[in-house]
Amino acid sequence: MSVARFWRKIPQRYNLIGTRCETCGTYFFPPRTFCPECRREGRIVDYRFPGKGKVVTHTVIRSASEQFEHLTPYVLAIIQLDEGPRFTAQVVAKPGEIEVGTRVRPVFRRIAADGESGVIHYGTKFVPVR
Amino acid sequence: MRDVAVIGIGCTPFGEHWGTSFRDLFIQAGALALEDAGLSGEQIDAMYVGNMSAGRFIDQEHIGALIADYSGMATRHIPSTRVEAACASGGLSFRQAVIAVASGMEDVVVAAGVEKMTDVGTGTSVDTLAGAADREWEGFVGATFPGLYAMIATDYMHRYPLTREQLAQVAVKNHFNGARNPIAQFRQEITVETVLRSSLVADPLRLFDCSPITDGAAAVVVAPLERAREFTDRFVKVRASAQASDTISLHDRADISRLDATVAAGRWALKDAGLSHSDIDLVEVHDCFTIAEICAIEDLGFCRKGDAGRLTEEGVTALDGDLPVNTSGGLKACGHPVGATGIKQICEVVQQLRGEAGKRQVPDAVIGMTHNVGGTGATVAVHILEAI
Ligand SMILES: [Zn+2]
Repeated sequence: MSVARFWRKIPQRYNLIGTRCETCGTYFFPPRTFCPECRREGRIVDYRFPGKGKVVTHTVIRSASEQFEHLTPYVLAIIQLDEGPRFTAQVVAKPGEIEVGTRVRPVFRRIAADGESGVIHYGTKFVPVR
Repeated sequence: MRDVAVIGIGCTPFGEHWGTSFRDLFIQAGALALEDAGLSGEQIDAMYVGNMSAGRFIDQEHIGALIADYSGMATRHIPSTRVEAACASGGLSFRQAVIAVASGMEDVVVAAGVEKMTDVGTGTSVDTLAGAADREWEGFVGATFPGLYAMIATDYMHRYPLTREQLAQVAVKNHFNGARNPIAQFRQEITVETVLRSSLVADPLRLFDCSPITDGAAAVVVAPLERAREFTDRFVKVRASAQASDTISLHDRADISRLDATVAAGRWALKDAGLSHSDIDLVEVHDCFTIAEICAIEDLGFCRKGDAGRLTEEGVTALDGDLPVNTSGGLKACGHPVGATGIKQICEVVQQLRGEAGKRQVPDAVIGMTHNVGGTGATVAVHILEAI
């Protein structure tokens, strides 16, 4: 991923800044700048998610692309935030440590290193809440 | 709208073709299809080529022009168009050809699909295929394509009574069929133990739950039904062509275990054809992973959600079952050159409806369905074909 492409989404990736449609009240993460329900009637504002949520589904990636191969095996999950939106994230846990419904909270972590540019990409991962 | 017929089919063997280039794969398939239709190149009015990612796999874009040139069509200047929808590129290429003929814009049209995947290493192909999902919000955090389908499997197995053994039986059945298909990449039968002993790729999916990386090309020729007899008496009628969309990301789906684009395209196709599920004699579904075949059978409406694993175990979807699924061997055993798969599905159903499927022939097959998925379900094409 190019530096500009990564940099553009830093607030979202570092701080879980998503959006909310004031017209219908729906929360979006990953952020959307266009509400699929309200369309042009939608009024979109930024919203910072506290990041509390739960695991909807999960897997353990054992074979990855080159950027992520050094992390294998790693736990990947779809997280549902308490406000409703779902998105994909890594969970800092051992294989078998999480299950459907496990409560999680966000942590700031290194996501991947870009081999070509040497840039280290940071972002949000999750940890199980005990 | 005019009725449309498939008048010719051609498919290269699927596999790892280190000795054959992208363009040569296409030319092989195209020549077979034209020969099958009894056509010469001068009779072709337009071409569509399904291809997911020649840009990443062989550093080549502008595939429509390349294919037109090397198949000798450039000097005639006929239109040649690349169609891309990840793994559904072939299905959409076929649909574009059907639309072109049905509308009256064109008469004799080639719909093809081609993918040359083995010129890059596994890491690059894994990363390229991840581009079928959302790069920004799935790929970036380390989601692989098998990983996304694995999360479908986890969700499904949490909610429905699907056993790990039943999932393996999808692969066993498709390898059984593939063993009877001369173009299949894998032509050996396997057992449940083969699947369960293979290495984990993304829990709970193992290597033998996954379709392979494949080189291959397939092509068909379509024409107005009223003119089909001018070319051949072995034509097949296109009863319906449907296409549906859904969110690019798996996490945004209304239900992780249900492909709503499959539900929509399946319903529309049956409605347009005026048919019900019991009319369908066989179906080629998009089994990029074993769990995908389970979801497809249910989401197309052939059984209730949660029942496909049991039906697979009972042999209902086997070659000699009530609803043979993936007689070609499916993506799992026949192979999955992504852009070509949707066209290969059409080739398989046409072969079955013409009674030319040899050892994997479904007796008295009259109506067949194809189901081609892009990404984790963001694009779906469903076609229904009928023997005349
Ligand atoms: Zn809204």
